[in-house]
Amino acid sequence: MATPIMADRVRVKTLVPPGHIRTPWYLRGKIGVIERPLGEFGNPEQQAYGRIGDRKPLYRVRFTMAEVWGTRAERPEDTLDAEIYGHWLEEI
Amino acid sequence: MPHDHHDPLSPSGHPYRQDNDEPLSYWQMMEIAVRELMIEKGHLTANEIATQIDAMDARSPADGAAVVARAWVDPAFKARLLDNAGAASTEMGFDIGPLNLIAVENTDKIHNLIVCTLCSCYPRNLLGLPPDWYKTRAYRSRAVSEPRAVLREFGVELAEYVTVRVHDSTADMRYIVLPARPAGTEDLTEAELAQLVTRDSMIGTGVPRRTL
Repeated sequence: MATPIMADRVRVKTLVPPGHIRTPWYLRGKIGVIERPLGEFGNPEQQAYGRIGDRKPLYRVRFTMAEVWGTRAERPEDTLDAEIYGHWLEEI
Repeated sequence: MPHDHHDPLSPSGHPYRQDNDEPLSYWQMMEIAVRELMIEKGHLTANEIATQIDAMDARSPADGAAVVARAWVDPAFKARLLDNAGAASTEMGFDIGPLNLIAVENTDKIHNLIVCTLCSCYPRNLLGLPPDWYKTRAYRSRAVSEPRAVLREFGVELAEYVTVRVHDSTADMRYIVLPARPAGTEDLTEAELAQLVTRDSMIGTGVPRRTL
């Protein structure tokens, strides 16, 4: 199961590693809340190259549209949920 | 050449599609090589591969519609579906394989919309193959940046007080929307209710039909 110590509020790290990643660019640096922990899954950054992925905790993180798009948001309080691996999140 | 032609449309009114005469791509060649080796070494038969493709093609939005209709008539099932959509679908006899499924519920105050901005993640093992538009850059980018405009283009008019929740399937989960049961359907059977559930209503780009 997922490590239960992740804070409620998190920021998506602004990493730019080479290779396959599954953290969308448009969410980097954005602050959201953990909607639910999802358990542990093989790290796709390794699996994409035929390796066995280390088990990494995965979370559903909820962002407001205001946080993601700023003043361009259609409706600030609408939300966007995405699955982000724990190693891409920092507690705030 | 028997099929040389200058008309852009066939006699039946469809545009001609170019023959795929270009050489195989690297990955097409890789797929054929791996497949032929697996068969040659006795791990799989060509028939097993064809059977698996048939099984995938046989999955359709009707499977998801049956799950939705059950949730509409059976509150205990609905609770199990929202708790673990994969287990609830399996309980109904749908073999969804390794799919990790989450059901998100539409209410009078919440409208959910599913997208995969990175590629084309879709609950194929329950709903079959995704529609072509689901995989386009236009849908994938606009569903997150202007979901309300996208919904209007799909003919979904939301009341002013409704919040939109977009779900970007970025990793291991797949999503299905549990649409709200239309008003005035109290007298319909579970099988009839399933006929109201459209594919788009389970993606969030539509709402169920109101009548049979």
